[in-house]
Amino acid sequence: MVRKNHLMMLNCKETAEMLSQGQDRPLTTVESLRVRLHLLLCRGCRGFSRQLDFMRAALRRYRDSD
Amino acid sequence: MLAEDAVQETLLAAVESAARFSGKSSLRTWLTGILKHKIIDQLRRTSREQPLATAGDERTEAEIIDGLFARDGHWHNFPGDWGNPDTAFENSRFWTALELCTQRLPPRTARVFMMREIMEMPNEEICQELNITATNCWVMLHRARLTLRECLDQQWFGKTT
Repeated sequence: MVRKNHLMMLNCKETAEMLSQGQDRPLTTVESLRVRLHLLLCRGCRGFSRQLDFMRAALRRYRDSD
Repeated sequence: MLAEDAVQETLLAAVESAARFSGKSSLRTWLTGILKHKIIDQLRRTSREQPLATAGDERTEAEIIDGLFARDGHWHNFPGDWGNPDTAFENSRFWTALELCTQRLPPRTARVFMMREIMEMPNEEICQELNITATNCWVMLHRARLTLRECLDQQWFGKTT
């Protein structure tokens, strides 16, 4: 679980969770800031973020192509 | 299986209601609309029939996710670059991999994921429909994405690098 009132950096596991939730609800300003700060410094999570968009695009394309 | 049944029911429903088709929307939009309702009907039915069948599935999924991160929360393996989506989308082998990977999701997770990504239902609706909390829903969706990501990485992207 993501610790909401924690001032330290999010780690990758927490960032991944936030990125995923970002696909299902608007993140709060603070959440979004913390995620962006982490992404700035982390190539792995930037990759994961792009993969989330990739999967969503693929599933929509799959659905609409049948 | 689920999709095939839904398509069959859609065709039946389409024939039955052909008389009511006003021609205002395109045939495709009209059929898609019916199909979506059929799939939702089926999801409802399935969720009633096997509501608690998945403790084992969930344990496996939790293990998969724990396996992805070190104890300090760092990725064991950084998610790599999947390249341009359009390149993958042009290759039929990609779609085979996607199909295989979605079918491998545990049934309960697959249902929530499908409602969200295929039906584009808002979280609140999914929670209401399946009688689960918002947090539970987010956790399941997150697990589904991580699991699907792992599978695609192996089934498709692993082979291309």
